[in-house]
Amino acid sequence: MVRNAAGVGVAVGTYGVSYGALATSSGLTIAQACALSVLAFTGGSQFALVGVLGAGGSAVSGTATALLLGARNSFYGLRLAPVLNVRGLRRLFAAQLVIDETTAMTIAQDDPRAARLAFWSTGVAVFVFWNVATLLGAVGAHALGDPKKLGLDAAVGAAFLALLWPRLRGRTAWITAAVAVVVALGLVPVLTPGVPVLIAGIVTVAVVAPLAREPVA
Amino acid sequence: MNWTVWGAVLATAAGCYGLKLAGLSLPERVLARPLVRKVAALMPIALLAALAATETFSTGRTLVIDARAAGLAFAVVALILRAPFLVVVIGAAAVTAGLRGLGWG
Repeated sequence: MVRNAAGVGVAVGTYGVSYGALATSSGLTIAQACALSVLAFTGGSQFALVGVLGAGGSAVSGTATALLLGARNSFYGLRLAPVLNVRGLRRLFAAQLVIDETTAMTIAQDDPRAARLAFWSTGVAVFVFWNVATLLGAVGAHALGDPKKLGLDAAVGAAFLALLWPRLRGRTAWITAAVAVVVALGLVPVLTPGVPVLIAGIVTVAVVAPLAREPVA
Repeated sequence: MNWTVWGAVLATAAGCYGLKLAGLSLPERVLARPLVRKVAALMPIALLAALAATETFSTGRTLVIDARAAGLAFAVVALILRAPFLVVVIGAAAVTAGLRGLGWG
């Protein structure tokens, strides 16, 4: 179990290096990139904030996009609460570790004791690897120089696609993604950078969710 | 400018933590409605797709197809071949940097 947790941690570390590098090439300082990894500790939202800021979007639209993306963690928490059964200070620590990876590892276990062990060991491993990797990526990219010459601006789009890929299962997911792309690109010429993404997210989900018949995870 | 970024970093951090804590703390019925669950499952898909598209095909308020598109095409192929995250990201950057080195985009 602990070895599995370390494995997930190493895998997540590779995302962390990418995040740290892209964050500093998007204009964050090393301290800001690292603070976000320690305090927000949820990869998708972190990529979203630095992506929007790097593309010239405002702090408000970047934050709003990050929070909409982070809202899925509330639903993970809801599923984990009866298993973890944490109160007081332990709940405050556990909350920070409620992310994609810990949820996946925890709900894969059959008995509650194994589930709790999976949650804490995965959570601690991912937290450590994610933050060390962020620092390495941020310092590394800082040393490499001109991000555009290195193609790092293209790496941002590729990173979002890689985060999206495992979620593209079923017709509803594909339709959602396609509509969001069309709406976002359609709005690019008329709105400030960052805002098209936000509106595309909200409009697409408002249209597709009520029509979606298949149950979604 | 830097303070604006710090503001965004801290607001995102506080908001993300609040969302996680709310999930562990709120009674289940608040978030258990089917429509709310669907919205929660679809929102990341819509946002990530919109982010991937705008990061690749726009500069400011202009729609463009440049060397980044080739980077994204590489990423699609790499993902279909189940390449690890780092290969997808570094490969996309390398393809883009290479084309720029040749003078395109």
